[in-house]
Amino acid sequence: MTDQVIQPGHTFATVTDKIASIVLTRPIGRGWLVLVVITGFLTIMLSTAVGYLLAVGVGIWGVDVPVAWGFAIVNFVWWIGIGHAGTFISAFLLLLRQDWRTSINRFAEAMTLFAVACAGLFPLLHLGRPWFFYWLFPYPNTMKLWPQWRSPLVWDVFAVSTYATVSLIFWYVGLIPDLATLRDRSRHRVGRVVYGILAMGWRNSARHWHRYQMAYLLLAGLAAPLVVSVHSIVGMDFASAQLPGWHSTIFPPYFVAGAIFSGFAMVMTLAIPLRAVYGLKDFITARHLDNCAKLMLVTGLIVAYGYSSEIFLAWLSGNEFEWYMTTNRMGGAYGPAFWALILCNVVIPQSLWFKRVRVNPKTLWIVSLVINVGMWLERYVIVITSLHRDFLPSSWGMYYPTIWDWATFIGTLGFFLLCVLLFIRVLPAISIFEMRELVHETSLAPAPAAAEGGK
Amino acid sequence: MAQIFHPATNVIAKATIFGGLFLLAFVCYVAAGVERSPWITHEGMYREQPVPFSHEHHVGGLGIDCRYCHTSVETSPFAGIPATKVCMTCHSRLWTNAALLEPVRESWNLNKPIAWTRVHDLPDYVYFNHSIHVAKGVGCATCHGRVDRMPLMMQAHSLRMEWCLDCHRNPEKYVRPKEKVFDMAYEPPGGREQTALGEKLVQQYHIRKEQLTNCAVCHR
Repeated sequence: MTDQVIQPGHTFATVTDKIASIVLTRPIGRGWLVLVVITGFLTIMLSTAVGYLLAVGVGIWGVDVPVAWGFAIVNFVWWIGIGHAGTFISAFLLLLRQDWRTSINRFAEAMTLFAVACAGLFPLLHLGRPWFFYWLFPYPNTMKLWPQWRSPLVWDVFAVSTYATVSLIFWYVGLIPDLATLRDRSRHRVGRVVYGILAMGWRNSARHWHRYQMAYLLLAGLAAPLVVSVHSIVGMDFASAQLPGWHSTIFPPYFVAGAIFSGFAMVMTLAIPLRAVYGLKDFITARHLDNCAKLMLVTGLIVAYGYSSEIFLAWLSGNEFEWYMTTNRMGGAYGPAFWALILCNVVIPQSLWFKRVRVNPKTLWIVSLVINVGMWLERYVIVITSLHRDFLPSSWGMYYPTIWDWATFIGTLGFFLLCVLLFIRVLPAISIFEMRELVHETSLAPAPAAAEGGK
Repeated sequence: MAQIFHPATNVIAKATIFGGLFLLAFVCYVAAGVERSPWITHEGMYREQPVPFSHEHHVGGLGIDCRYCHTSVETSPFAGIPATKVCMTCHSRLWTNAALLEPVRESWNLNKPIAWTRVHDLPDYVYFNHSIHVAKGVGCATCHGRVDRMPLMMQAHSLRMEWCLDCHRNPEKYVRPKEKVFDMAYEPPGGREQTALGEKLVQQYHIRKEQLTNCAVCHR
């Protein structure tokens, strides 16, 4: 039973009805409205914090020498990592022909976009003079200056902007046939016109489908390397510095694993309430929870390997600064954060070895939340503990986030959730046409074999 | 069901796809042009002054040396705006009743400086030193243009950073023999000859090109 990617008994019509009705006919619920109001307030808080920052400057944050990379960089890495699961699901798993991706790829991609939007905010604000952000691009400017290509921060600009662009296009292209479905089913003229414009004249012809499949595969091929490259470059922001705690060759791969780890945790954090509230348990089945949980377990183990390798190499190097950083990270002022991170990212995810934990939505949801917290703590530990005590004891110091740091961070959480809430009600959260394909494939095969479809 | 869109919308759809690209390119092109236009840079613009002092008359016509008024140009970062006293070295004898010179006499009598309007105004984050440029063979006219032909002072160049760097990256394109620095009528030999002369002078005056584009040379 639980092994199906779509529960039996569905036809093309029921799939379409079920998913499209969330957008087109379902009345606005009180719970949704309350959440929109709360997250709307948080978004207002975010814009207040950003507005005040633009007016006064980054001095309102807790960043100072020696910890010049505070919450802004922690949050940036955390958010951009979260986005990675969306791209992993939509591109990697598509190319690997994993049919279970179909029911979660749409909102995972949307999650990617919103997470990248939140992520992009932080380095921009951290610039100090954000209105000159375009100086990071190579364009024929009146200063006759070119970006510093040896700086990973410039690579970041290209990695993140490419990532945002490709994710947006991929997501939009994936939406086109569904937008046409919504256009045809919408009962209001406004809905028909808006979805009609967005559907770009999709008529469901065989030629359309032929070209569409080709374009979608090509885009998946383009997006797949980005899963690896973007967070590698984010890892190099740290690794290319000389600082103990950052200067480590394992950073790029272990950052990528961490990104997918946190991304799947966020997908589960969103998917589990979504399937419960909107009755999508037929489409997001225990099989999906199980698969995502397994991926979290694997990437979690890679991340744990990264931690132990860092500690081992610090010891092996015999470098007193490396070793001091390691002991200070574990037993210094920020020691509790380190041990909390080990608890969240290494110890608690081991419960995913048990199938009972993986397929039970409640336990899986809690583990996912814990991993989200743990991955945030990981970036906090990497950024803060490495910076606060480097080579010279005379330049040691502490980092204390201010109320504006918290307001900006919590504000982006609100903004992210607000985007997700709005997305669920204006666009199909699950890909309708791909689910129809899945119905087609599973109904052609004999009933027991359908369960094995994705293996 | 009736069609939502008229067939003509196909044309609009296609036009917006390509039109969007062209519009974006056009906006960038216009922005780059506006950013370099006199509207922003004030290049080629004359400024009103309290006294319509003519460099054309004093330099071109009478042949007064730049340093007669701009006394500190060889020794200090600031070339120096002449005090009223400098004007009065001649104008206490010449054109003593001219109406145009009334503000000069008033300044002299009341012991209040004339408030000239600055024409070449660099941003405060730029450190510029006249003396080093003069000492290394950068002619006045290279940056300020043919001042001896300006009835009112005008900004001859954009003063954009790209304009500064044009010389800082390739000083051999512009340097001249030191004795010609104050010569308004000096014509650089041009082309390959200038490069040859320039390279020789760069060597001779110890102009260290690799240092000239260091950020801290101008932004201290």
